[in-house]
Amino acid sequence: MKPFDYVRADSPRSAVAAGGARARFIAGGTNLIDLMKLEVEAPERLVDISRLDLGGIGPAEGGGLRIGALASNADVAAAHAVRRDYPALARALLSGASGQIRNKATTGGNLLQRTRCPYFTDTSQPCNKRRPGKGCAAIGGHTRNHAILGATSHCIATHPSDMAVALRALDASVEIEGADGSRRRMTVGELYRLPGDAPDRDTTLEAGELITAVILPPPPAGAAQSYRKVRDRASYAFALVSLACVAKMEDGRIDQVALAFGGIAPVPWRDGAAEEALRGENPGPEVFEHAADILLADAERQGDNAFKIPLVRRLLKAELARATGTGDQR
Amino acid sequence: MEITLTVNGRAQALELDPRTTLLDALRDHLQLTGTKKGCDHGQCGACTILLNGRRINACLTLAAMHEADEIATIEGLAPPDDPGALQAAFLHHDGFQCGYCTPGQIVSATGMLEEARAGWPSHVSPNLEAEVALDRSEVAERMSGNLCRCAAYTGIVEAILETAEQERDVEPREAAE
Amino acid sequence: MTARFTMDETQPRLLDETAQGVIHEPMDRPEGRLKVTGCARYAAEHVLEGMAEGVLVRARVGRGRVSCADEEAVRAMPGVLGVYSDSRMLQVPAHGGAGTAPAQGPDEVRYFGQPVALVVAETPQQARHAAEALQVTYEEEPGDFDPDAAGTVDRPDKRALDQGDLDQAMAGAHRTVDVTCTTAPQHAAAMEPHAAVAVWEGDRLTLHGTLQMLKHNRAELADALGVAEEQVRILSPHVGGGFGSKLGISAESVAAALAARALGRPVRVVMSRQQVFETTTHRTATRQRIRLAADADGRLTAIGHEDRVYNLPGNAFSEPTAQSTHFLYAGENRRMAQEVARVNRACTGAVRAPGEAVGMLALEGAMDEMAEALGLDPIAFRKRNIPQRHPETGQPYSARALAGCMDDGARRFGWEARDPRPAQRREGEWWIGIGMAAAARVNLVSPSRARVTLREDGSALVETDMTDIGTGTYAILNQIAAEMLGLSPARVEVRLGDTDLPPASGSGGSMGASSAGSSVFVACRALRKTVAGRLGCHEHELTLKDGTATCANRRARLHELAASGALSEEGEFRPGTTKKQVSQASYGAFFAEVAVNGVTGETRVRRMDGTFAAGRILNEKTARSQCQGGMIWGIGAALTEEMVFDPRDGHVVNRDLAGYHIPVNADAPPIGVTFLEERDDHACPIQSKGVGELGISGAGAAILNAIYNATGLRLRDYPVRPEAILSDT
Ligand SMILES: Cc1cc2nc3c(=O)[nH]c(=O)nc-3n(C[C@H](O)[C@H](O)[C@H](O)COP(=O)(O)OP(=O)(O)OC[C@H]3O[C@@H](n4cnc5c(N)ncnc54)[C@H](O)[C@@H]3O)c2cc1C
Ligand code: SF4
Ligand code: FES
Ligand code: FES
Repeated sequence: MKPFDYVRADSPRSAVAAGGARARFIAGGTNLIDLMKLEVEAPERLVDISRLDLGGIGPAEGGGLRIGALASNADVAAAHAVRRDYPALARALLSGASGQIRNKATTGGNLLQRTRCPYFTDTSQPCNKRRPGKGCAAIGGHTRNHAILGATSHCIATHPSDMAVALRALDASVEIEGADGSRRRMTVGELYRLPGDAPDRDTTLEAGELITAVILPPPPAGAAQSYRKVRDRASYAFALVSLACVAKMEDGRIDQVALAFGGIAPVPWRDGAAEEALRGENPGPEVFEHAADILLADAERQGDNAFKIPLVRRLLKAELARATGTGDQR
Repeated sequence: MEITLTVNGRAQALELDPRTTLLDALRDHLQLTGTKKGCDHGQCGACTILLNGRRINACLTLAAMHEADEIATIEGLAPPDDPGALQAAFLHHDGFQCGYCTPGQIVSATGMLEEARAGWPSHVSPNLEAEVALDRSEVAERMSGNLCRCAAYTGIVEAILETAEQERDVEPREAAE
Repeated sequence: MTARFTMDETQPRLLDETAQGVIHEPMDRPEGRLKVTGCARYAAEHVLEGMAEGVLVRARVGRGRVSCADEEAVRAMPGVLGVYSDSRMLQVPAHGGAGTAPAQGPDEVRYFGQPVALVVAETPQQARHAAEALQVTYEEEPGDFDPDAAGTVDRPDKRALDQGDLDQAMAGAHRTVDVTCTTAPQHAAAMEPHAAVAVWEGDRLTLHGTLQMLKHNRAELADALGVAEEQVRILSPHVGGGFGSKLGISAESVAAALAARALGRPVRVVMSRQQVFETTTHRTATRQRIRLAADADGRLTAIGHEDRVYNLPGNAFSEPTAQSTHFLYAGENRRMAQEVARVNRACTGAVRAPGEAVGMLALEGAMDEMAEALGLDPIAFRKRNIPQRHPETGQPYSARALAGCMDDGARRFGWEARDPRPAQRREGEWWIGIGMAAAARVNLVSPSRARVTLREDGSALVETDMTDIGTGTYAILNQIAAEMLGLSPARVEVRLGDTDLPPASGSGGSMGASSAGSSVFVACRALRKTVAGRLGCHEHELTLKDGTATCANRRARLHELAASGALSEEGEFRPGTTKKQVSQASYGAFFAEVAVNGVTGETRVRRMDGTFAAGRILNEKTARSQCQGGMIWGIGAALTEEMVFDPRDGHVVNRDLAGYHIPVNADAPPIGVTFLEERDDHACPIQSKGVGELGISGAGAAILNAIYNATGLRLRDYPVRPEAILSDT
């Protein structure tokens, strides 16, 4: 770890005032300290936001749920409102990391955790995300946990969060406080950005912006929600592929559907066209296949991750069949 | 920097490099070496401690962030010559071999049982809103943040289930008194 | 006094005659209380006054020479005390039992991640940052990173066998199997990282280490440092797992000792988890071709087992892949051969059950295929091919309960309910299947010494430099002494892990319990003789129980007999000719039920059983744990574990516990373990054999055989992850 100045913020205002390009907020620390030990992250200043009063979980204005940025992953998963109204989110959280990590990890930190690309975390390897312009060692290397969608020749990393995938399917947004104290909101979809030629920037946040909360819209009434994670171990492993599915039937037809995928792209992945192809249709294998075709039209394999393409297709079909009552139970 | 940590009920002032993790502060500065370091990156659970009653990995947090918190380590669970029920159950069920992951397992189990009592569901709970019924698969899932390379998992699960059952038997009686 | 015993002939089963009744009992580990309370201290936990902290610096090229290290810049950093690249520092760990220093000289880089320097500072935070900051430049050289394309391939004679005519047997057979199986590189990944705390007093070094075989480690360390063995003391009373990775000394010990000497203060060097993956020994990948030929009666006429493994150039070790294939099944025509590809990857070495852990996977998978080709039940087919005598040497076998284990396991597991047709059982998305495999692991013993003292108060003290790496040494040595001397285990103290004590076999190759146990037995036998003498009777008449000696009509309390001074005997056990007279191994059978998800390709083991026979079981509880642990290792090998090396520079890609997937609690199903009653008179005077590695030797094959039964997919490449299932469905 490089030496840093440690400052403790006592209000969001003082936090953003102390933040900036060379500083990092530290919340649970479970990702940041991990990376600082490896000197992948080397902030000059660490702004401790863990004691800010941003841990509440309660009704949002105008319906829905407001989850404070510092609410721990464990508390969110255990909150009755989440278990009752947003089971996909509870399930996503419960499938992530371990009991210990969930107790410490926060909502804001989880959203902003960095990729688990093994070349990113090894400073002996060139990585555009860590050191822009140095090249990407993953390309041509071991690519089992890399992206099949949304990648570029600059970076093929995936976003590792389970929670963010569920939030994306649930149309959540984040509330942000800017360095000047201004506030803005954007959807989780807008929060993340594709690597393009600047993979060092995972999100559209400006340096020093603080996430203060996640806002969930009112729960989609009558919709089935699920989160399914495929992984190497039965527990304590990142997703190979995951899928958050929210679907509502009306008169035997698919009325609403949201499909967000993890493990396959630099961002929690949704494809509006694939969802559109499902809306209003009678559920069935052909319809699901068609949606999968659209979703995977631009999928690109890297080598070791080729299996994700058939896996995504299978997962999509199985979960839609279940959600629409036309297939197997697990 | 000067930091006061409250560990196992005792407040102690320490002069620490801000980079010092809570784990290193415990092991190197407070000689509380019962908390182990297996990976230093949140990947094994050997460093599990209770922070304000909740289990966390001490390797992924800084000592400087924990002034004013209550920290409990394996040494604080029971005196060395009089192990608690969970410790005795680990001993009896051979829930360990080399012993290196063991304090972490036991502290983690302590926190886990508390979580179950509070009604937290787990990844394997069939129903998110039902009461928690700890069985083999629930315990195994909830304890999966503690790796054991000796793979004493069978004994670990048995020890925890036995302790949970004993507690369940005891609690109603206490309530009746 | 020293009582010596060499295993040249079988011995009476004295432990069946003694009266205390503690041997075999499932006694709790005597050191267990220290472990569950956090009081057991491991190497890195010796925080000494004035101790400095060393961090190893990793090579960032796969092969080459260090041309320059900017030590000055680093020395100027806060807290830095020194940068060391002494030519005595190790390139690779010592091979298990080597007793001499391995390749030294950190300037020559032979694999990515090799330690090239040690940075020492006042605090670990300073040292780690400085080690990361050290700028090292290299003259890079091209390396061989791909075992399949290596420029140099050795074919060791000791692994080659050609008996009869395999090709002809294959050509004329009723049924043949000719398959290739691969296994992935594996790491021991013991939970306690390699660590050393070195402190010199004058010319004498004390090293708190985490090592498995202290007498060899002491010799290795002395040799590496260029000092006499007498100058080195190693302490390793608790070892947080080894599984082979701590058989020989590795970089941290030598580096800590050198820096401590140079600085004149204690130095601690702890490897990071990443360094453990990068620079300690791992198990080679294997590519194995198995050929089987059988006649119409289901009798094997030929077995071929040829394999390709890898290691660094110049390293003597190669995985003895076909080790148990030599003796397990019949077949007159036999061919074994090995190729060792020389690659620039971290050194390979012994990892739990070297040989069988991978060889049995290939063999037992092929046996399953042959059973099916013949239309025979896999157990019936195996039983039909249990040879009368060793098919290569003609030796008889010592105790061998292979058939009994298969029958017992089959009964417990419910094998008869198995539908031999694949892909018949489905529960929702899951395909369910069951499979079995035989277990076999050669039995080894090696010289070992221990001192047993009957103290004035009638209690006993057992002392040896033997280690307990989780295997239960504290328990079983206690039980042997308690049983032999007629004491309750609470009256026996066992001291281990100190080279000042009599040198033992060390822990490795599952030989520790029998070897060190026999040395304690030999010492106790001598003590019994002394006690009998003091009572004026013959030792055969003596009964020792609960601290009382009885013979004929005479009785005395042990503390009375030792009142005039403690009685002490050193016991020395040596392997002898019984080793040659018979073929010795531990045996067993594995059964597994798996569920394979038809959508995702995920495989989960739902339950597992193992029945084993390994001679006398010294402690039923610790032996059971060893076998359960081994079987979970089998799950890891079958489903999750693979070290990935980058093909371009040979670096370990997944060098941590989030990337290298050892099984977690949720991966472990309920596991039943049964031991068959057995005594192996040829093994050692306590009639026991190794159990520590038996539980892994074939376990993974039962899982892949079960996957076949579940899905109809005959998979031969370990580990089986979702992509393997998906690519075939
Ligand atoms: C072994 C292991 C396994 C894991 N497995 C999983 C898994 O299976 N699934 C999964 O989803 N995750 C997994 N995780 C990741 C874990 O979820 C994250 O580490 C955690 O959610 C990060 O939260 P934190 O509060 O600790 O973040 P921190 O480490 O404190 O911060 C992470 C980043 O977010 C920034 N940040 C934090 N809070 C804010 C804020 N309010 N505003 C602006 N910036 C902020 C920080 O500056 C930092 O850059 C795993 C982690 C580990 C170590
Ligand atoms: S994939 Fe992205 S994160 Fe990984 S090495 Fe390439 S640039 Fe870095
Ligand atoms: S040492 Fe903290 S989780 Fe491994
Ligand atoms: S007891 Fe050895 S790692 Fe768990």
